[in-house]
Amino acid sequence: MLDKFMHEIAENQLVAAFAVVGIIVWVSNLLARHLTGGRVHGSAIAVLAGLALAYWGGLVTGKTKGMADLTMFGGLALMGGAMMRDFCIVATASEVQIDEARKAGWLGFIGLFLGTVLPFIVGVAVAMAFGYTDPVALTTIGAGAITYIVGPVTGAAIGASSDVMALSIATGVVKAILVMVFTPVLAGFMRLDNPQAAMVFGGLAGTVSGVSAGLAATDRRLVPYGALVATFHTGLGCLMGPSVLFLAIKAIAG
Amino acid sequence: MVIFGTALLAGCYLLGVLLGDILGALIGVKANVGGVGIAMMLLMAAQYHMRKRGLMRPETEKGVTFWAMMYIPVVVAMAATQNVIVAVKGGPIALLAAFGSVALCACVISLINRAIRRTGAAAAWQAGAPAAELE
Repeated sequence: MLDKFMHEIAENQLVAAFAVVGIIVWVSNLLARHLTGGRVHGSAIAVLAGLALAYWGGLVTGKTKGMADLTMFGGLALMGGAMMRDFCIVATASEVQIDEARKAGWLGFIGLFLGTVLPFIVGVAVAMAFGYTDPVALTTIGAGAITYIVGPVTGAAIGASSDVMALSIATGVVKAILVMVFTPVLAGFMRLDNPQAAMVFGGLAGTVSGVSAGLAATDRRLVPYGALVATFHTGLGCLMGPSVLFLAIKAIAG
Repeated sequence: MVIFGTALLAGCYLLGVLLGDILGALIGVKANVGGVGIAMMLLMAAQYHMRKRGLMRPETEKGVTFWAMMYIPVVVAMAATQNVIVAVKGGPIALLAAFGSVALCACVISLINRAIRRTGAAAAWQAGAPAAELE
């Protein structure tokens, strides 16, 4: 009986993923209501639970896709992959109030620029503090602090070694996870309670996965505003990383 | 019909991603430049014009809003497929670089948002109402 059940799940992975995520969200909502008295948003707990399960999945399988590497939960890779994520982000645009978005357009651009340059500087400074001097390695690690896509794209363009690339990706992944976890915690401090603020946040915090999950856990209505700006972040990073930023580091360190 | 809404969404998505790729190729970047953002703007424009002409029936809207509401579950699935092990194993450089940039950016966000709050730009938005429950 159990074998048959497992077989069905392995044959219908995407549908199984819908059920699994439904259970995670349901349990998270219960915990949010009864354990924290509604102070912590249910979706914040659900995202944390997802990350914890991903850690467990990685430990069990030794592979890279978290829970999705377990056959039973393979559908999570499709459901949580870039295609579905971006499709749903675009759908949230139907809730944007165009006037609100227009008001903060230029703030979004400033946020985007700062959100590319500031993390890069921090990344380079940390790498320098740990003894890296090679401009290629410094730029690649700094680019990883922008997002985990900008890191490897920049590294590949300027010819970084694979261990530096791995470090760069790790930096970006840690950043995305920190943004997911700390956005709801720091929402008050960042004054994250209106569309303009969400657009500034989307530009500065960058990383689409971090921004979208963080805003979802803070106030779902803010998601489209943050995402609208954040989606330009990776593109801008990939544009500046191997060019302007690399040349700047080369001039300083090389 | 519900599928018209979903098809509109799919059309905007595909066109946006295509334009993002073309934009990336034009400026010589190996990445999609703002494809999703362009798609969002296309959807907003399409909905605006269709609503004005009365073409956006409630049924059609449902084909879009369903996917907007699936957004949080999809994000949970995304979280469950992250490479958390690599993040943990990245060691002190990854941790410090990530933590430092998040902390710095949070402070700058806070500064900017306090500044725009003071100018009253954000006054129109009614804050404080909790987001819709997930159930």
